[in-house]
Amino acid sequence: MTTLLDETPPIAPTRSTAGELSHPGARRPDRQRFLHVDGLRLSVWEWGDADAPPVLFAHGGFDFAGTFDTLAPLVADAGYRVVSWDQRGHGDSGPAHLYSWDADVGDALAVIEAIGARSLPVVGHSKGGALMLQLADTQPHRVSHLVNLDGLPSARSWPDVPEHHRTRMLDGELAAWLDHRRQAATKVRRPGTIEELAARRARMNPRLDPAWLRYLVRIGGFERPDGWRWKIDPAMRLGGFGPWRPEWSMARLPSLGMPVLCVLGLETEVMGWGTRPEDVEVNLPVGGRFVALDDVGHFVHVEQPRRIADLVLEHLS
Amino acid sequence: MIGPEHLDADHLDADRPDTDHADVDHRGSSGTHAADATTPGAARETVFLAHARVRLALHRLRDGEGGALLCLHGLGERTPDEAPRWLAAWPGPIWGLDCTGHGDSTLPAGGGYTAEILMADVDHALAHLGEATLVGRGLGAYVALLAAGARPRAVAGAILTDGPGLAGGGPTPHSPMWLRPAAGTDRGRTPDPYALLDLARDIRPGDYATTYARQAVQLSGLETPISVAAVVRPPWLAAVIDEPGVTTAGIPEALARYAGVTRAAVADRPVG
Repeated sequence: MTTLLDETPPIAPTRSTAGELSHPGARRPDRQRFLHVDGLRLSVWEWGDADAPPVLFAHGGFDFAGTFDTLAPLVADAGYRVVSWDQRGHGDSGPAHLYSWDADVGDALAVIEAIGARSLPVVGHSKGGALMLQLADTQPHRVSHLVNLDGLPSARSWPDVPEHHRTRMLDGELAAWLDHRRQAATKVRRPGTIEELAARRARMNPRLDPAWLRYLVRIGGFERPDGWRWKIDPAMRLGGFGPWRPEWSMARLPSLGMPVLCVLGLETEVMGWGTRPEDVEVNLPVGGRFVALDDVGHFVHVEQPRRIADLVLEHLS
Repeated sequence: MIGPEHLDADHLDADRPDTDHADVDHRGSSGTHAADATTPGAARETVFLAHARVRLALHRLRDGEGGALLCLHGLGERTPDEAPRWLAAWPGPIWGLDCTGHGDSTLPAGGGYTAEILMADVDHALAHLGEATLVGRGLGAYVALLAAGARPRAVAGAILTDGPGLAGGGPTPHSPMWLRPAAGTDRGRTPDPYALLDLARDIRPGDYATTYARQAVQLSGLETPISVAAVVRPPWLAAVIDEPGVTTAGIPEALARYAGVTRAAVADRPVG
């Protein structure tokens, strides 16, 4: 059965088409275009002068480029062309057949090639920070500066569970994940009002202003007669399985040769990694800078865009 | 074990399927439902299964009496046109699954392969077949192990044999690495060059592999749910062989062991 949900949702507005959509300090990107990578569609967003030196921003898991609407304008206004993209399955990028960490790093490289830059500074938040860390490690000639915003997984958050309990727990988790995959072909997201979608996101973003979350609904969501839905691919699910270990990400940090800035928000919350300063300090590369913010949660750039913009600009100058 | 997106589901919303997942259509010379076709020696018949946006080709290679045997090809391979001779001793029906990006299954856009997604491919075949004994070559051997651990009650033994892609990317991450297939690589048909790239560097720690072996041993009700027939033993497989309940055996011996297993007998056993 074909329904309205099969139609591609309208693309989030740019600065010139934003109309009444606004939030204090936020500014929609100046430009949007689609990049097609071997059949995969990625939505690329830019703030600032198209001829200014580029800097790449990478968003976190289950976010989208619009979550930089407060940080990116501050960096753009200081003389940069800020480029970000909606990761596959997120925001206005199309759903993908497959998702993986390495695929996202490959997509980032495709965006860099489309920018036309041989090498450029990269800024990543959360999962995006870890992706940029891997990009900098595996393609050092592509990354001139690295800024990591609360995107340094460490092994701290792992539960210590007895083996016999672990078998039962794992059995349930594996079966639940496979059951989800069996239903993934027909899943749709649950509709609701803007307020309801914002309230759901508040469970992942408990420290953020509800007005900001309502603003995000109108960028990362779309409206149909029965309500709003998040655009993110319903086939995606938190809590997949794989051999990935958080310390693998941190282990890439000491090898980096470009200027590195790591920022950690010390207020622990649900989407964060629980990483502590001592986990970072021993792995900081030679000459690297580490800033820990006591009074800030995981979404450092949303909570304190001016402070983060100043740190980024100082690092790039 | 748990991936980078390490939280429980249901943060964004509780998504629900509109309908049952079944989106099965059929292709074959007879035009009949593959699962109903029983003509001995009939030409290979194919069932297509929907796994998210991927259409998987599940081939019936041969009929028979007893439990089903499901063949999992190696990296870059595809299901053969007929049941291989080295499986001739199997008394039951023999099936083969083309994994995502291989054979007659969908060629995805832009890669992103993981062994876990191929494990879910196998789970879709298990949903269609009910239960099966798995025999995997190379990459298919690793995927068979994962499926045996994740669906211990639906896999009546897994036989791990040599084949392409057995080692994967080794037990730990490495760098630098190519992120996308090189320009000029043969694209637009299977096997997907992204599959060759992604699954040749897929990281396979020994303790990750043994986790699945333990799930199979503790929950399958089989005394030896995993049989290793492979001569080549990369670190993940060497670790698995050391687990209780995992045995090394030639292919004929392993086939004979699992040919006698029925799910009813397994279900009678106490679990855990």
